[in-house]
Amino acid sequence: MEQTFQLEQLSCPSCRVKIEKGLRKIEGVDSADVLFNASKVKVNFDEGKTSKDTLKNAIEKLGFEVK
Amino acid sequence: MAIWINKNKHIMMRISGGLILTAFIVASLNLTAVVDSLLVTATLIASVPIVYHAYQSARMRTFSIELLVTIAVVGALIIGEYVESSVVTFLFLFGSYLEAKTLKKTRASIEQLIDMVPKTATVKKGERTEEVSIDSLEKHDEILVYSGGSIPVDGYIKKGEASVNEASITGESMPVEKQEGDYVYSGTMIDVGYIHLVAEKTGEDSTFQKIIQLVEEAQDQQSKTEKFLNRFSQVYTPLIALLSLIVYLITRDLHLSITFLVIACPGALVIGAPVSNVAGIGNGAKHGVLLKGGDVVDRLSQVDTFVFDKTGTLTRGEPEVTEVVSLTEDDWKEWFKDVASIEQASEHHLGRSIVEYAHQHDLKLTSEVQSVQVTKGKGIAASVYEIEYTIGNRKLLEDIQIHLDARTDQLAQEQEALGKTVIFISQSSQIVGLIMIEDPVREGVKPILEKLKQNGVKQFVMLTGDHERTAQKIANELAIDQVYAELLPEDKLTYIEQLKEDNKGVLMAGDGINDAPALAASDIGLAMGITGTDVAIETADVVLMADRYDHLLHAYRLAKQIVKNRWQNIAIALVTVAFLLVGVLYGVIHLASGMFVHEASVIIVIMNAMRLRQFKKK
Repeated sequence: MEQTFQLEQLSCPSCRVKIEKGLRKIEGVDSADVLFNASKVKVNFDEGKTSKDTLKNAIEKLGFEVK
Repeated sequence: MAIWINKNKHIMMRISGGLILTAFIVASLNLTAVVDSLLVTATLIASVPIVYHAYQSARMRTFSIELLVTIAVVGALIIGEYVESSVVTFLFLFGSYLEAKTLKKTRASIEQLIDMVPKTATVKKGERTEEVSIDSLEKHDEILVYSGGSIPVDGYIKKGEASVNEASITGESMPVEKQEGDYVYSGTMIDVGYIHLVAEKTGEDSTFQKIIQLVEEAQDQQSKTEKFLNRFSQVYTPLIALLSLIVYLITRDLHLSITFLVIACPGALVIGAPVSNVAGIGNGAKHGVLLKGGDVVDRLSQVDTFVFDKTGTLTRGEPEVTEVVSLTEDDWKEWFKDVASIEQASEHHLGRSIVEYAHQHDLKLTSEVQSVQVTKGKGIAASVYEIEYTIGNRKLLEDIQIHLDARTDQLAQEQEALGKTVIFISQSSQIVGLIMIEDPVREGVKPILEKLKQNGVKQFVMLTGDHERTAQKIANELAIDQVYAELLPEDKLTYIEQLKEDNKGVLMAGDGINDAPALAASDIGLAMGITGTDVAIETADVVLMADRYDHLLHAYRLAKQIVKNRWQNIAIALVTVAFLLVGVLYGVIHLASGMFVHEASVIIVIMNAMRLRQFKKK
């Protein structure tokens, strides 16, 4: 399933790597792509293995607020 | 923790700044101990977010600029350079604060667009109406929109009429009159009037949302230059870090080596190019021009050959029968009604004009049409009540070996030279008449083509299946440089390939419906108008939301301007890097001044890109 999270304004291009790497490490995540300029993350994940809330928490743990 | 730091980053920045200021005032009183403790406190406070980010990135095994700054600050504290350490940390935070603020502005075009869609809609349920969130809307829901309201979904008008401002989609702010049966788009606004509409596409399926998604993705798509710069900066940063280590090992000068760390961040280099794209693509979106990414911008700016499909792109695409000539004893209506009956089944736009003409003359059409055979690019054959008809162009005549007598040939040639398309009608291998059809040139095309030339286009090419003479007439009228006529649909691809070999860049403009393969084959496929919606929007590189030539000009000028802006930014960034390196080596630039120059260069490139938002249509 695909889920898009709207984050607070992203300003450092290195955040992209941080968020993508951090999410891809989670089991059940097939792909995670940051749309830097739109400050969004698109995540494809297996609903059986992880959930929207887990992902949201992971992003917030990385230091980015999810709107 | 992370969120707390993010939220309070600015407060820490302000406290730190305040402390530094106090320290400078106190410094005049010669109280070294107080000054130092103020500066150290300022450093520590401003370091919190920096160190935290450095730690986070290190955990992800990515090399971050925060890590370098952290090392530099620790070094500065060790050698007692408290002024430097505090100013560096403060400037770093202040710089990223300004960066975020200005970046937000470059992105504002899209946000303004997104705000065009209302949050709630008035839904009609039986006799009652109900205000619901737009997320809960579904296909077939009946929705009411009043004067001044925004339309929440794509759909057909069931009742009412209104003048609708479609600027959010087409970039054109002149209201369009809409009435029963017309299609309206979400995100557009009712100027005056009232409509009752039936939802067709809601939420993410609506045209407007698709456009937004496309633009957001386009803004993130990097051009080749950007990809190169990114790779460069990935090497540059660790390289400078290594250099600073080497400098330390050789000179044992901690101050000099930590200065290197601070200038190792290629900030303006990394942000300069993308920020031009974001601002430029945002400008396009506001003017009804969708540019699909930095790469597309690059290619569009280099295009020197514009190729147009004649029908519907250069002409109005609404052909009309202007004259019918009968070559038999019978009245023209005798065979014309049969021809129109055959054309009823055909999808061809010329066929439609024939049917239309028959209706205008109250001819009675029949559905007794048999053994229909369509030859693409040539015409159609069928029989009506046992009479065999062939209807088509000269090529079709040749195929069935009919020769025109001199007088008929002369007549046809005269008409073609006037820009008319001549259709030959034969009955059982005997020619019975000619139908002249005219598709007038669109207004306002010629001046735009002239302006395109002034902006760098070398030549215009027209491709058409129409007769050479007809095509030439239209080409002369519009000052088109090259004409390839009498083409079969598949020939168009061959010509595009040929033109691509001979020229720097080839743009193909079409309506995106019939010419999709040609659009895909050219360097830049440009779809004019959203009538072919989904297919056109997806396959084309550039989409003009409104079928308008002034938007074509804007797209071309904008692409050139974005590329120019991008190079300016790259130049600014490179000059800064060179200046800093030389400055550090000559001992003119220290920690704080290095950070200042660096942050200033980042802000300058963002401000420069912001100018693209104001770039006007001409």
